[in-house]
Amino acid sequence: MISLKDVEHVALLARLELNEEEKEIYTKQLSDILEHARKLQDLDTTGIQPTAHVLPIKNVFREDKAGEHLPVEKVLANAPEKQDHYFKVPKIV
Amino acid sequence: MQLHYLTAHQLHDMLVNGEISSEEITLSVFNRIEQVDERIRAFITLTKDQALQQAKKVDLARLAGDKLPPLAGIPVAVKDNICTKGVRTTCASKILYQFIPPYNATVIERLNREQMVIIGKTNLDEFAMGSSCENSAFFPTSNPWDEKRVPGGSSGGSAAAVASGETVLALGSDTGGSIRLPASFCGVVGMKPTYGAVSRYGLVAYASSLDQIGPFARDVTDCALLLNTICGHDPLDSTSAPFDKTDYRTLLDGDIKGMKIGVPREMMGEGIDAGIREVIERAIDVLSGLGAYIEETTLPHTEYALPVYYLIAPAEASSNLARYDGVAYGYRSEKARDVIDMYMKSRSEGFGPEVKRRIMLGTYALSAGYYDAYYNKALKVRTLIKKDFDQAFKKYDLLLGPVAPCTAFKRGEKIDDPMQMYLVDVCTLSINLAGIPAISVPAGLSGNLPVGLHLMGKPFGEEDILRVAYAFEQNTDHHLKFPSL
Repeated sequence: MISLKDVEHVALLARLELNEEEKEIYTKQLSDILEHARKLQDLDTTGIQPTAHVLPIKNVFREDKAGEHLPVEKVLANAPEKQDHYFKVPKIV
Repeated sequence: MQLHYLTAHQLHDMLVNGEISSEEITLSVFNRIEQVDERIRAFITLTKDQALQQAKKVDLARLAGDKLPPLAGIPVAVKDNICTKGVRTTCASKILYQFIPPYNATVIERLNREQMVIIGKTNLDEFAMGSSCENSAFFPTSNPWDEKRVPGGSSGGSAAAVASGETVLALGSDTGGSIRLPASFCGVVGMKPTYGAVSRYGLVAYASSLDQIGPFARDVTDCALLLNTICGHDPLDSTSAPFDKTDYRTLLDGDIKGMKIGVPREMMGEGIDAGIREVIERAIDVLSGLGAYIEETTLPHTEYALPVYYLIAPAEASSNLARYDGVAYGYRSEKARDVIDMYMKSRSEGFGPEVKRRIMLGTYALSAGYYDAYYNKALKVRTLIKKDFDQAFKKYDLLLGPVAPCTAFKRGEKIDDPMQMYLVDVCTLSINLAGIPAISVPAGLSGNLPVGLHLMGKPFGEEDILRVAYAFEQNTDHHLKFPSL
């Protein structure tokens, strides 16, 4: 029920590069899992509100006050590549 | 002196009486790790120097006459998806294998405040996605009861470390059963608290509406003490719930007379191994004998929990894991030609197969044209699952059943068939979907392998769960059985 083309499209959306073997495996495995999920369609959910989150919490605000923040060196400490005070990435355009 | 199988509360008494030092306890635990971890492989990183420093600090404080908190000087291991300042936090993933957090998770701050001794970071299924600890990018962990078998997942390292005496206590995280399943497979106590009871700040996100940090221990008293230490409101986590904290240990009096417990028939039916059902039925007899009122009940939408979970959790994961792009931290592929290529190659080389599978599944369920049919439908059925529990808790204080349909399986047995692996979580998933607390307590052996009793409570009903778990434990001897290693 899910095609190789679907898998290629979803992989692109997810920014994953899959080889031919992976594409084939995922086509089969995702189909199996989604087949199992089809039984949800048997349930009538008319008028049922979706639950994204179980707590009755809405917006949580804090006081609008400047707090502490990490120094630049610490922010950059885990960067694969950096220059001066910036993260460095390959050419964009 | 063999200290590694003593509990935290026993060790605390010995510490306070001056019979032993925290340094001795800590050294004893590291000796044990040296003896057995080659076979168990519970740890990704050990922090021996820091641990010994902390232990000596506690010993000095005691000598100076300070009153020690209940878990001061006690060794604790931490699942490697919980951020520890200055200590590598990998999520058992190639993509984070060199990541050193610049801050502590709130639970780590709380362990420090309690003066606990953090001994290292434990193995898991990559990004907590899995039920066997085989999805670790580094190595699989073994079950201390049978080294050819899995410890359960995803917090397999934490469970195996507690079971083998490599630590006294441990922290794990539970998104669909990741604390309770390994607790059941390894014969230790493991608890998933109510959603919002323990701060998630600094827990690397997998599925944010389901993730919850919780304790592993060798008995219920220790579990209550560690829960005392880590729970409570945290302004740094916007989903942390404001609630009244109680001292869970003081509630452990063994009195469960008149408590009403329901046994959902959907969790005791076909698909559950006969040996498991027998163990659970014996547990029911024990609790009835103590004066609990137990009868069969129903949670009609239980069978839908698995498909609902495997749409919602991957959907949230696909969004949460979008941050691993090779820019600010984590693995970056050397082969990239441009920035898009860098995202694609870094992610493809950095993530393992199960993580990719869940990102793909979640992206699909959220994509245009499928959002309503899959993701939104799953959220609506989640409401129905939650209502089943609301209904049941109008009548019962607790629900009871098995944690898993089987005992620990052999390494390699299910790894090639994701659906078979997912089915292992069939009894635990609905608890995360409903956001309620639940525990796995050792309830005996089936074919020489441990079986966990699953006690499920109302939101913020940790008290009832611990009270019944304690009464059960004090009237049985399952928690006193250890694997021969």
